[in-house]
Amino acid sequence: MSLFKVFDIAGSGVSAQSRRLNAVASNLANAESAASSEADVYRAKQVVFQTVLQGKQKDEAAVKVAGVVEDTSAPRKVYDPKHPMAGEDGYVVYPNVNAVEEMVNMISASRSYQSNLEVMNTTKSLLLKTLQLGQ
Amino acid sequence: MLDRITGTLDFNAQALKLRAERQQVIAGNIANADTPGYKAVDFDFSRALSEATATQSAGASTLATSSAGHLASARAFGSDGAARLQYRTVGQPSMDANTVDTDVEQARFADNTVRYEASLKFLNGQIRTLMSAITGQS
Repeated sequence: MSLFKVFDIAGSGVSAQSRRLNAVASNLANAESAASSEADVYRAKQVVFQTVLQGKQKDEAAVKVAGVVEDTSAPRKVYDPKHPMAGEDGYVVYPNVNAVEEMVNMISASRSYQSNLEVMNTTKSLLLKTLQLGQ
Repeated sequence: MLDRITGTLDFNAQALKLRAERQQVIAGNIANADTPGYKAVDFDFSRALSEATATQSAGASTLATSSAGHLASARAFGSDGAARLQYRTVGQPSMDANTVDTDVEQARFADNTVRYEASLKFLNGQIRTLMSAITGQS
């Protein structure tokens, strides 16, 4: 019955949003992780969503995380030769994490997470009521 | 002979199936609210229901096509039996080509939920009427 597939769809939405929150948490936790060179420094990670059509029909559109991409913008460099992680030129390299963007991402992800959770709860109660048909 | 008794349940049973399918479509929209490039879809419920009940009774009206060049009529159901989906009109354009408006989808989901429960209630009422007729108790 179609309502059971709603669990698959909403469940995929919930897990995709939780991976997005994972990425946000990683970025915020590593926002101040210093490194000596641009090659080693932590770069902000973002998840890429993609629609997954289950079966041939367009009405079963689940979502999945197609991949994790790294932000390619230049990392932040601070001149501090006394820092233990300073490179040969005296610069310490910090990650290119923008805290404001990450917070906006987190709010959007949590709102989508709640929407999908509500869909699952409503569907569950509908199915339970359907089971009591005729009684 | 038995199908004349259960035939009264057909309309609401079909409505229930279509409501469940619409629930699935709207859940897909909500799950893909952040996917770039995803276009929100839905189907016309009243047309789908009238066509589904029409095909069950005799004399469904479809255009007869005798050649490959003839266009089929715009039926509510696609060739695979599922309801034909149409795209939603876009309210606010967004940079990543996603047309899902979460508020609209949540409102439609709540609306569809209540109508599903209404169909369940009507079906229950009809079943109870049949049962009281069969058992002879009022």
